[in-house]
Amino acid sequence: MKKTTKNNLITFAGTVILCVTFGILNQAGILNSMTSGLLEPIGIYVIMAISLNLVVGVLGELSLGHAGFMCIGAFSSATVSQILVNMGTVPTWLAFTVAIIVGAIFAAILGILIGIPVMRLRGDYLAIVTLGFGEILKSLFNNIYITSDKNGLHFGFTKPPENIDAETKVELLRGAKGTSAPELTNFWVVAAVLIVCLFILLMFIDSKSGRACQAVRDNYIAAQSVGINVTKFRLMAFTLSAAIAGVAGALYAHSISNMLPKKFDYNLSILILVYVVLGGLGSLRGSIIATIILYAIPEVLRIVNQNIIQYRMLIYAIILIFLMLWKNAPFFIHMREKIAASGFVQNIKNKFRKKDKTSGGAEA
Amino acid sequence: MSFVSYLVNGISLGSIYALIALGYTMVYGIAKMLNFAHGDIIMVGGYAAFITMATTWCPLWLAMVITVAVCTVLGVVIEKVAYRPLRSAPPLAVLITAIGVSYLLQNIALLTQTANPKTFTSIAAGAPPFMQVFDGKGVVFFRENPYKADGIKPVLTISMETFLAIVVSVAIMVLLTLFINKTKAGKAMRACSEDRGAAELMGINVNGTISLTFAIGSALAAVAAVLMCSAYPQITPYTGSMPGIKAFVAAVFGGIGSIPGAMIGGVLLGVIELLSKAYISSQLSDAVVFFVLIIVLVVRPTGIMGKKINEKV
Repeated sequence: MKKTTKNNLITFAGTVILCVTFGILNQAGILNSMTSGLLEPIGIYVIMAISLNLVVGVLGELSLGHAGFMCIGAFSSATVSQILVNMGTVPTWLAFTVAIIVGAIFAAILGILIGIPVMRLRGDYLAIVTLGFGEILKSLFNNIYITSDKNGLHFGFTKPPENIDAETKVELLRGAKGTSAPELTNFWVVAAVLIVCLFILLMFIDSKSGRACQAVRDNYIAAQSVGINVTKFRLMAFTLSAAIAGVAGALYAHSISNMLPKKFDYNLSILILVYVVLGGLGSLRGSIIATIILYAIPEVLRIVNQNIIQYRMLIYAIILIFLMLWKNAPFFIHMREKIAASGFVQNIKNKFRKKDKTSGGAEA
Repeated sequence: MSFVSYLVNGISLGSIYALIALGYTMVYGIAKMLNFAHGDIIMVGGYAAFITMATTWCPLWLAMVITVAVCTVLGVVIEKVAYRPLRSAPPLAVLITAIGVSYLLQNIALLTQTANPKTFTSIAAGAPPFMQVFDGKGVVFFRENPYKADGIKPVLTISMETFLAIVVSVAIMVLLTLFINKTKAGKAMRACSEDRGAAELMGINVNGTISLTFAIGSALAAVAAVLMCSAYPQITPYTGSMPGIKAFVAAVFGGIGSIPGAMIGGVLLGVIELLSKAYISSQLSDAVVFFVLIIVLVVRPTGIMGKKINEKV
């Protein structure tokens, strides 16, 4: 079996086992209310983190507007599911499925629209433009009002629409006051969607297109010169990432009672970036583990000490800087080499090596 | 007349952006990195000015000196600790580090100063407005409304803060241009941004020059902080991030790496922001600013004054 296939299998199987275990524990009521309350958001953030990892880790570009894709997925799906549920004839599970798909499609369309100008850029420019797009989306949803009544839908920009039949009035989007989609998400849905998304991503990364993306990341000019259509593959990965973020947004919209556009700001994008970077760029398994740990630890610590939560972002920032220095700074590289060459580490290594050899010999 | 007022306020805001954008563009030109923490240096400058001005023993000029000193030292230390070890690292690592530094500064401010907004006392507090225009009665400079007793209101008022922001920014830009073009250190900076390796071979102290660039950029950020907090008198730990990002937009608009470009870009962006606030929607002005950035990058990625750089293998 190929090494990548084996690794992918481990990641996939591990995630499935984790999801099923927690799902059963949750169903059986063994988990306390706090832990079971954490499951859904963790699942949603894991989906966000693995989708961002596609752009940052596999494509090698820093996207700071990932919350924007989540935003459009969330609001489009919330609108659709509210319309369908209000019609009364559509079963809720169908409405929810349609809403998730609509969220993914809207985010993907936006991903293509944004990707066309953005993918002409690289590096710092790309980062700042994606940041700009995220902010634009947030301020647009702060100003969009959609209301439905018996005559159909009414749209308003910067102010609520007027002349609405008061009896059948339903406010779907309320600008800065957000939207209230029905709470249809449960952990099984999140887990199922997460597993599907993970499967798609694992397949994509090891496909021909995924390898082309990695080639572009490692050397842009070399990739171009061997005939890889750089823009096409970059756009493909970016759109896939946007669509999955849209799905995460759709799940998020249906997991809380009232969702505000200001939630999807720059800080959310950065938080997810922290998960991705700390988990390891390009490693989906790392993103999953980092998200679970980093999301759960502060919540658990909150019980121990209420004040500790405020140090969370401070510690993340320090870890972020330190990790980058540890990996890239000459001082730390030198130190790591020294440690690796020291007698203690060599001893341990030799022990393992001997074991490897004997076991290998036995098999042969 | 309201259009003129928006225009003047826009130029004033724009010259503050220009000061911040100069820091971005100089650092980008020399170190080839986007210093995300630049906006947060503004925030630190705002708090430094706020704290020193709140004490009784500290006169205004000393408070300004302390603010500039704090920011300069901070900028140099950040460069030395976080950015210098990553000089040969991939750009993504540098960018993530810069975001980390930005978050670190914000969270330190959040813990020490709390999230409650502090009200900043303007440096021009108590001073009369710079200019007032009266309908049919002419113009009055540096005086309180002389027709107040008759109940006549000015049709156009330009506040002292607005005036100060423009004057101080223009003065600093002139000095900076002279410094870059006439002095030896300025020449070293230009050489480093042209070709760092060649500059090093010519005996230029590249590390020292980069430190100097960070010092100048941060000092400008400190001045911008005082001017901005005087005009918009509120500081929170997040005060710096939006102006910082907008100033980066201004730097890109003008052509990153170009000093006159940063000035033009800053002023244009300030005017665009205030006019869109006035005539489109106050909530959408940020969106308009970012839209400008996207248009610029799509149509002319090198900005107004930038040079096209071809990537070599």
